[in-house]
Amino acid sequence: MLFVELVVKGLVYGCMYAMMAVGLTLVYGLLRILHIAHAGVFALGAYMAVTVANATGSLALGFLVAAAVSAVAGTAIYRLAYQPILHHAAFVPMVVSIGLFIVMQEGFRMIFGAYGISFDNNPWYVANVNLAGINLTYVEIAMVILSVGLLVGFGLFAGLTRAGIGWRATVTDPQMATSFGVDPVRVRYVNFLFGSALAGIAGGLVGLLNNYVEPTMGGAVSYKALAIVVLGGLGSVRGTLIASLVLGVVEAFGAIYLTDIFDRDAIGFLFLIVVLMVRPQGLLGRK
Amino acid sequence: MSAYIASIVSVIGINLILALGLNIITGFCGQVSLGHAAFYGLGAYTAAYLAKLGAPLPITLLAGTAMAGAIGVVVGLTSLRVRHDFLAVTTMGIGFVFLGFVRKQKWLGGELGISGIPGSGLDAIPYALLIAAFAIAVTVFSLWIKRSWMGFTFDAVADDEDAARTVGVNVSTYKLTAFGIGTALAGLAGGLYVYFARIILPDTFDFVQSIAILTMVVIGGTGSVWGVFAATIALTLLPEVSRAAADYRLLIFGALLILVMRFSPGGLAGLLKRKPA
Repeated sequence: MLFVELVVKGLVYGCMYAMMAVGLTLVYGLLRILHIAHAGVFALGAYMAVTVANATGSLALGFLVAAAVSAVAGTAIYRLAYQPILHHAAFVPMVVSIGLFIVMQEGFRMIFGAYGISFDNNPWYVANVNLAGINLTYVEIAMVILSVGLLVGFGLFAGLTRAGIGWRATVTDPQMATSFGVDPVRVRYVNFLFGSALAGIAGGLVGLLNNYVEPTMGGAVSYKALAIVVLGGLGSVRGTLIASLVLGVVEAFGAIYLTDIFDRDAIGFLFLIVVLMVRPQGLLGRK
Repeated sequence: MSAYIASIVSVIGINLILALGLNIITGFCGQVSLGHAAFYGLGAYTAAYLAKLGAPLPITLLAGTAMAGAIGVVVGLTSLRVRHDFLAVTTMGIGFVFLGFVRKQKWLGGELGISGIPGSGLDAIPYALLIAAFAIAVTVFSLWIKRSWMGFTFDAVADDEDAARTVGVNVSTYKLTAFGIGTALAGLAGGLYVYFARIILPDTFDFVQSIAILTMVVIGGTGSVWGVFAATIALTLLPEVSRAAADYRLLIFGALLILVMRFSPGGLAGLLKRKPA
């Protein structure tokens, strides 16, 4: 029974990682930037969700604002921070991204205080159902439904619409896509809008899940999302989704069976390093 | 020299050894590392553990240096396997694995770290001078490497790995050498830190510390020994001269990273070198 429970809990976390990692993978696929500041966008979403929900009493409104503000913030990061330095070696945007992340984290500390904020009204935090002997809180269920829904929606958009096809073409071969009339800059904007909105929603959900929002909450999650992006084979969306779920499950098991040796955060990276030793191109990446 | 000055000299010296070590890996050889603090920690934990067992200072420093260098070479092996961008994430991961391991080990003190470390046998001022001597030696060593054949080869590897391989450079050996030297220096800094602080906590060696070291290198100018030297001293003194700078140290580091990369990716050194338009 423990086995099944660990798998289920792992998949729940995997869904949350997927929401973070898809945004990162898309940014990497398009621009070859390790977008570490994604962690800041995630925490921003959480803060928006908790402050708006506490002020208005409406959780739905909180999440809408979280998605919108995160989307705008992510796009602004692209326009103001990345676009002027895209012609430099990959190291330069990465360092800028680290700088942005630190500034955002310190900014949250100054604006919202060093101590966390909780939701005033978070009934889903305790309410739970028992599915075949496994207790799941409503927040966990909502997390799975929302992430699957959003990612399927995104899959349909990328697979079936004209804009989606242009997007995928740009990721595969920017020059060819441009000569077929796709505007690569517009694709980047769509990319950051969408990926950042997802990160913001994920942030809000993690806030609900722990009933706690604090300045450094983005850190651990997005470092792991970076590990997932690498695990999946940088730039491969399918690889990223699989790697998210795998990492969630590996962590759930590791946190139980390796608890005397490593803490939870170390397990994900240990797994990453072991996999990279065997498959340096990632799980689904091509050489 | 007062005790206060001695402590500042010690911290500057330790930071110099850390930053110049990372500069050999990232600056000279072009291998991004986001986990330098892990090797700092490895050296510190090794030295502290042995010191508690009664080993004298030269032995503990040497052991800390060797331990960090040895693990550094192992980590360097990943740099042979994975692509550039993967390496950044992998080295970041090494930092988390190190911390996650140390935090769970009862024999290493767990979350509380190691305290009650015996003294170095030197007073604060002579010990600060010892650290300063090490820092100067590392600076001279860095300058010497940069001008040696090894330095030219590092440059070639950093510039274009494939081209370097074509002209007969054994890229793997040089990458491993860079990792070995750079991480061993971090281990030395860790050993020196142990006798300075007399207590070590896991959080001293976290991701933020890795980023702080990287900040010193990047702002000084990746690859420039004098640039890194100047930036490290300036950034270490900054919180001492201004109360506000101490409170917002990380905010300032972050903002500096963004601004320097935006306007002068070569750091301070690049600013000086730039020819008038």
